[in-house]
Amino acid sequence: MVTVLFYTLAAITLATTVLCLTRNNPVHAVLYLVQALFALALLYFMLGAPLLAAWQVILYAGAIMVLFLFVIMLFEPPVADKRTSGRLTHWFFPVMLGGLLLACGGALIAMDPAAKASLSSYWLTPRDYGRALFERYALAVEIISLILLFAAVGAFHLGRRYRSTTKEDVS
Amino acid sequence: MNDVLLTIILIVIKLGLVLGTVLSLAAYMVLAERKVLARMQMRHGPNRVGPFGLLQPLADLIKLLCKEDLIPERADRWVFMLAPAISVGTALLAFAVIPFGAPLQIFGRTIELVICDLNIGLLYLFALSSLAVYGVALGGWASQSKFALLGGLRAMAQMISYELALGLAIVPVVMASKSFSLTAIVASQQSLPNALRHPLAFLIFVIAIMAESKRTPFDMPEAENELVAGYHTEYSGMRFGMFFVGEYVNLIVLGSMLTVLFLGGWHGPFLPSVGWFLIKILAVAFFFIWVRGTVPRLRYDQLMAFGWKILVPLGLLNILVTAVWLLWRG
Amino acid sequence: MSLWRDIKGTIQPFWVTLRYLFCRPVTICYPEQKQTPAPRYRGRLILTRDPDGEERCVACYLCSAACPVDCISMQATEREDGRRYAAWFRINFSRCIFCGLCTEACPTLAIQMTADYELATRELLQVVYEKDELLIDGCGKNAQYNFYRLAGIGVAAPRGANPGESPPEDIKSNLP
Repeated sequence: MVTVLFYTLAAITLATTVLCLTRNNPVHAVLYLVQALFALALLYFMLGAPLLAAWQVILYAGAIMVLFLFVIMLFEPPVADKRTSGRLTHWFFPVMLGGLLLACGGALIAMDPAAKASLSSYWLTPRDYGRALFERYALAVEIISLILLFAAVGAFHLGRRYRSTTKEDVS
Repeated sequence: MNDVLLTIILIVIKLGLVLGTVLSLAAYMVLAERKVLARMQMRHGPNRVGPFGLLQPLADLIKLLCKEDLIPERADRWVFMLAPAISVGTALLAFAVIPFGAPLQIFGRTIELVICDLNIGLLYLFALSSLAVYGVALGGWASQSKFALLGGLRAMAQMISYELALGLAIVPVVMASKSFSLTAIVASQQSLPNALRHPLAFLIFVIAIMAESKRTPFDMPEAENELVAGYHTEYSGMRFGMFFVGEYVNLIVLGSMLTVLFLGGWHGPFLPSVGWFLIKILAVAFFFIWVRGTVPRLRYDQLMAFGWKILVPLGLLNILVTAVWLLWRG
Repeated sequence: MSLWRDIKGTIQPFWVTLRYLFCRPVTICYPEQKQTPAPRYRGRLILTRDPDGEERCVACYLCSAACPVDCISMQATEREDGRRYAAWFRINFSRCIFCGLCTEACPTLAIQMTADYELATRELLQVVYEKDELLIDGCGKNAQYNFYRLAGIGVAAPRGANPGESPPEDIKSNLP
């Protein structure tokens, strides 16, 4: 059962990623990518890393993709394609993939109703996760966080409004 | 196998009960909000349908169901239809992990009053609240309308910003109770609710959930005097109703989040635990309505500046202080 | 202290709204409770009669001319004794804006406003009032006023006999 679920989820991930790459409409591409991230999160959960699954959804689907969507929304108005909007093929794939994803989620819960027993042999608790990050890979984490800090400072510098273009001068 | 079947049946029963309660509570929350706001402005509020207007939610539901469901001609049809479903779905799914009462003992079986006690329940809630952005953003984008687009953009920016403050306010609670599981967090507040232990986190959390649910001091996404109705300008009929119900379900979800994390969950003297939980949720909801009746709307730049320049640094500072205190106490 | 002022300014409104929550609402629940309008309220128009029981209206068309939305129409006609009256008189209340200009224009105080404001109906033609619906049996405001006792063509009293009225000039013998 677990094997079946694994392959189904893996197939969904692949299919949605391919669909994401081939869409013309950027917002649709983002939606497919979010679906792929979801399937990936369910895979993580199934493999015994619930914390990683949660981070996957919160950070990737909830923050990064939202920022992508933000930029796309600013630049791309929706293009209603009259030719395909009513056609079966237009909605068959998303509906099928979404339904399959929901079914997999339901199956995961049904196999493990009280979320007590783990499906996999190894169950990564938040404690283990923290230990690994801040003890074993502490140096790497520090370096990455420093790089991110530089990036943030750099972005702030680039986005800074210069004296010469303050409000008074513009008006 | 029998045991598993029984567990599944129990889950289904709990699911039905919780869904029914939450949806009817959300419907009556609309009525309560209209009534309380009206009384604060010395009006009567809805009082035509049934005694004291108690059947008003039903009348609203029938009206919304019977209305024509318009889809703008140039809208992206499927995204347009998907958006309200995301909005209401994320709000309803959040209830799966919220413990609403002390464990019950029936026929020698311990039934925990929570649908699914995930050990990362808090993160699950957080993930769903960050996904709720999609409903709003996609609804705003797919409508092909300037007002809806601007409303969606604002809602996105606001929700992402305040989610950060929300997360930072949760961290001290998790640090003190040493668990992501909501039942464990409730259990850790048996003697003293977290609101008294972490007053600053409590304050930040209250403000952040108000912004997260897009309610009045922070209701920029649907500021009616500049954006008509924001992201749901183009929606009508039951699709609008779904956005609307989603908003109130979200209010209940955030109210129960506040109850679980800071107000001691279902702990309380004399009354049964579920009763205490309901009382606390209703008190939080009344507070939200009260704030809506009192505080004027912020300007958009003030809103963002408040989130990023005040709430986030305060939240970080609070985490630091809590960490130092926890270390010092050992 | 501006910080103290800000905190006070944030907290105080909560107390105000809470206090008003327990106040009695000022709303009048309309169909059950009715408000008594002021005596000079500008509601539905009526046509009044003079103290003798005759119609005051002399069908001079002044109200119709004064009406900014042209909702008054009538047809003038004359009795054998020369007294004018309206053969038919029609006010379309779906157009009337209740401005009261017709009552100000009326020389005989025939058209007057009442305090009745409950004109709403589902049938549009029901708000077009004909003369028999407009004409009342009483005198309305200014109960003692009778146009023909102060001026006019000698219907109530011979010409020039009314108080404050001088006898008509005889234009045929108007010689020095």
